[in-house]
Amino acid sequence: MAKITFITTDNEHIVVEGESGSAMELAVQNGVQGIDGDCGGVCSCATCHVHVAEGDVAKVGPASEIEQDMLELDDNVTERSRLCCQIDVSDELDGIVLHVAG
Amino acid sequence: MSKSALPDPFQDARNTKGFGTVNDQDDPVTMVLGLKDVRKCAHNWKTFQSGGEEVGRIVVPSEQAIRDTRQIPFEVDPPQHGDYRALVEPWFKRPLEDEYKARLATIIDELLDEVLAMDSVEVVEEFSLKLQSRALTLLLNIPYQEAEVWIGWGTHVFRSDDTALDAGKANILYDYIDQQIEKASNQPGDDLYSVLLASEINGKKLTKEEVKGVMILTFAGGRDTVINAVTNTIAYFAEHPQSLARIKAEPEITGKAVEELVRYFSPLTHMGRVVTEDTQVCEHAQKAQSRISLCWASANRDERVFENANEVVIDRKINPHVAFGFATHNCLGATHARQILHILLTALADKVTAIEILDHTDNIEDWDEFKRKVGFDALTVKFN
Repeated sequence: MAKITFITTDNEHIVVEGESGSAMELAVQNGVQGIDGDCGGVCSCATCHVHVAEGDVAKVGPASEIEQDMLELDDNVTERSRLCCQIDVSDELDGIVLHVAG
Repeated sequence: MSKSALPDPFQDARNTKGFGTVNDQDDPVTMVLGLKDVRKCAHNWKTFQSGGEEVGRIVVPSEQAIRDTRQIPFEVDPPQHGDYRALVEPWFKRPLEDEYKARLATIIDELLDEVLAMDSVEVVEEFSLKLQSRALTLLLNIPYQEAEVWIGWGTHVFRSDDTALDAGKANILYDYIDQQIEKASNQPGDDLYSVLLASEINGKKLTKEEVKGVMILTFAGGRDTVINAVTNTIAYFAEHPQSLARIKAEPEITGKAVEELVRYFSPLTHMGRVVTEDTQVCEHAQKAQSRISLCWASANRDERVFENANEVVIDRKINPHVAFGFATHNCLGATHARQILHILLTALADKVTAIEILDHTDNIEDWDEFKRKVGFDALTVKFN
């Protein structure tokens, strides 16, 4: 079981819990504002953009090349940007914090 | 050759020079073909604009000659685009609500039951057109019976059998929308016309012309695209019953299947932009005021990004397709279209064991050097 905290652009903190699936799916199930996941998680719509908290980057890992190509054209991209549909939930992610990019 | 396959006519041009050229009513269009190039141009709305002064010119073939109403928010660029988009977006996200899904499922179930009882069905007219029209009553939130009027118009709003741009047919739609706006203005309800008429942007009420612009887009944008997607889906499952069996056995892949079918079909081949400054596209000089188009159909077969790009991989996990466009002007109706396909796949898997293709006429688009099969003009099948 992993606890993941989403922080929205309105600074609302939402803690979600899960064992499998993607961080995007957990966010959508829990109504996290700003995470839409329109394409259902196939890296097509870029509506699940997050910035991984500084201390959690190593835990989450880097974006794949295809994901980087998508992020490259996003206005709010930083070196800690990820599409959270591509972040698989596992025990190792327990405690991470993801900021909704907005 | 498989009847349901949609070949990729852009491959050579995409790999050798990255673009193609179409002569559209003596106003040439440079088609951008590679996925990364398409995404970059789509993202760069300042250089490749949608909201130019000449209304209808970004559409290919250009509709300048047959309309002067600006389609909204499609033909408006930032920052005004954001205001319009914010206004209409919540309404176009309603297909995510449970009640909407349930009503859509009822429409699709009833239609499937109808065609399952028939000896043969011409899918385009007797299934896809009906489905699209009936589903649209949900999107507009108006009485179900209204679908009969639109079914009577046939499959194309702007096209007839002998011409790609039929002003007479377009005027039927425009006159109809004008009448509906007047009706809603006199007797407001909870339909999209009334909601738009009551809306404000920056403290100013939307004009009837602006409401008409949103409504034309809603009717035109989701008509042959959805009809093609639904018809192609039926043809695909006719020839790939194992894929239908997988969706029945593994319903959790349905969302991925929808995205993959939309990638493969790419119901809208391309969409144009007007160039605002002298620039380059794929190392090709592009003059200010000329036109480019973003070829979604070609980008979606780019083998530099998609493995087995010309095959339907029904559970494709990474699928960065652009079938609903990309960036600022991505498809407003995508949520509705995705929900239609999702429910259709579920219903087909539940009710249908086999589909047999009895007859078919391909719908081939002619883009000069490229001839693209986008779907079917007619497809007769037997559902079992």
